[in-house]
Amino acid sequence: MAGKTLYDKLWDDHLVKQRDDGSALIYIDRHLLHEVTSPQAFEGLRLAGRKPWRLDANLATPDHNVPTTDRERGIEGISDPVSRIQVQTLDNNCDEFGILEFKIKDQRQGIVHVIGPEQGATLPGMTIVCGDSHTSTHGAFGTLAHGIGTSEVEHVLATQCLVQQKMKNMLVQVNGKLSPGITGKDIVLAVIGRIGTAGGNGHAIEFGGEAIRDLSMEARMTICNMSIEAGARVGMVAVDDTTIEYVNGRPFAPKGEQWDQAVEYWRSLHSDPDAVFDKVVEFEAEDIKPQVTWGTSPEMVTGVTGMVPDPSQEPDPIKREGIERALKYMGLAPNTPISQIKLDRIFIGSCTNSRIEDLRLAAAMVKGKTVSPTLKQAMVVPGSGLVKIQAEQEGLDKIFLEAGLEWRDPGCSMCLAMNADKLGQGEHCASTSNRNFEGRQGFGGRTHLVSPAMAAAAAIAGHFTDISEMNH
Amino acid sequence: MKALQQHKGIVAPLDRSNVDTDMIIPKQFLKSIKRSGFGPNLFDELRYLDEGKPDQDSSQRPVNPDFMLNQERYRNASVLLARRNFGCGSSREHAPWALEDFGFRVIVAPSFADIFYNNCFKNGVLPVVLDEKIVDQLFAEAEANEGYELAIDLEANTVTTPSGESFTFAVDDFRRECLLKGLDDIGVTLEDAGVIKSFEDKRRVTAPWLFDAGA
Ligand code: SF4
Repeated sequence: MAGKTLYDKLWDDHLVKQRDDGSALIYIDRHLLHEVTSPQAFEGLRLAGRKPWRLDANLATPDHNVPTTDRERGIEGISDPVSRIQVQTLDNNCDEFGILEFKIKDQRQGIVHVIGPEQGATLPGMTIVCGDSHTSTHGAFGTLAHGIGTSEVEHVLATQCLVQQKMKNMLVQVNGKLSPGITGKDIVLAVIGRIGTAGGNGHAIEFGGEAIRDLSMEARMTICNMSIEAGARVGMVAVDDTTIEYVNGRPFAPKGEQWDQAVEYWRSLHSDPDAVFDKVVEFEAEDIKPQVTWGTSPEMVTGVTGMVPDPSQEPDPIKREGIERALKYMGLAPNTPISQIKLDRIFIGSCTNSRIEDLRLAAAMVKGKTVSPTLKQAMVVPGSGLVKIQAEQEGLDKIFLEAGLEWRDPGCSMCLAMNADKLGQGEHCASTSNRNFEGRQGFGGRTHLVSPAMAAAAAIAGHFTDISEMNH
Repeated sequence: MKALQQHKGIVAPLDRSNVDTDMIIPKQFLKSIKRSGFGPNLFDELRYLDEGKPDQDSSQRPVNPDFMLNQERYRNASVLLARRNFGCGSSREHAPWALEDFGFRVIVAPSFADIFYNNCFKNGVLPVVLDEKIVDQLFAEAEANEGYELAIDLEANTVTTPSGESFTFAVDDFRRECLLKGLDDIGVTLEDAGVIKSFEDKRRVTAPWLFDAGA
């Protein structure tokens, strides 16, 4: 019999019951909640007179609607009354049901996918769900983690289980060493560019190979975060020393004897050498250039030295129409060099790229330089209160402020523009977030997805530049 | 949840691939703490010419005459015909809520994004996957014939055109059963509460660090 993949192992370890109809009950170890996708779930519990099954598996925080300024005022500082009600509703629900929440004024508040790992609430071998598609982020720890809908949020609260069908296994193997300046963001954008936004549909992706093993946990999280942009709900990386070192000493991580017991189990969380994947895609790390998206889907991406494509060269009629539509929305002519796209704003943040390592990379790029006067705004939004504190201890805030970037309070911010931070109509933004959909960062806004170092370099230059050619 | 066994309705063709859930219902409407009332803002950025805001009277807004749902012939559509990878992006269940609230009960496409596909079943909306060639044919027929209707039978797993041509589709048993009977799947799961409990008790022994941890 063939060996097991990492996904097979995680699945088997959480299988509560295989049902006759092909569905299965899977046990959930950690459930993360935020204000946008939970109110209707709590309401459902109340209407049915149900209670949460297991309180200590849940952890909540508001992130999507919180402002990135004026935070001393707490909830009162949210100017939009509809947003304020949503954050207040999360507080009320967590208080009523007894769920641990890092509220808006707690320094541990932050983007839900940043705080889980930061607190050690994300541990290898767990199943982790959240009413948010970027829950795939947590797979970087060798967990089975994915987004769910609000009905499933209610289901997990009430039963600690999910009804699931087993997915297929897919391996994305990145061989060799990355060139200088290339990050996890460039890897994952290159992967999506190749396999497409539906390339991982129905599959759990494991990222492996030398280039992945060489990455920090932050970079692995960036990659797993965007596996959903390739259609895969689940993205994973096997557990190794990097994982275990990262987890050690975090508030929710096991201690003493339990730590040793946990580590012993975690060491088994990798695919067996003879495991069989349904699909395998290979990349050579040295071929990956700094990536920039030019369109309205993450698969519409190319290297920074490339050009906006010409739809007349696309044979598939559905794809051709997609390119034409995207170019119209983006206000770009075919064959425009990426470096000539005019930028208006820079956004460094989001659950993809707002961790300490991301901020360090960005700061290194702008240190001692000045933001281009052609830009309207360049902002940095740390992923959590604790990331913010650490960055300030390292003096990163001063580097940003001296260069002319704004230094904000933690939250989702302009990743989806549910708070006050948004693009104006027709504005182009170099953004470290994960989605360049129409209107995502503001009505009529135009998003170009890049790594933090690329965004920071663009802030100085006023346009995209090839950072792999700089000072190496 | 609303049950669905058979459904027959006018087909609205949405001719673009990779329609994401931001497009189905933009984020400003996600601030609602309710489950209903999203219908007027379904496809908001395609449907209207101005920027949509929550709590607006949508009947007073300038509509985009080119958008299919604004054409008289599709006003009462209840079957949405779509292209590849429909519903990709965010996991927001507001997307099926908005589709259902508008009046759509069935969506036919060559492929769906996983989370969206799953969310549909929880809300009485049936996503039907048909071969791309068949979907192409349905697009051509729906656009050529005003009042074009499809009949969907979840008991027989078939989609039937006005000319009587019939196509079968696959759907897994659990989801099918829940939708046919309009079952509350939390109730179904809780019938296994004992099994869950004993799994959990074992887990407390084999992985004690997962319980009662934390600050
Ligand atoms: S940062 Fe963006 S992608 Fe991440 S959880 Fe927030 S809104 Fe979603």
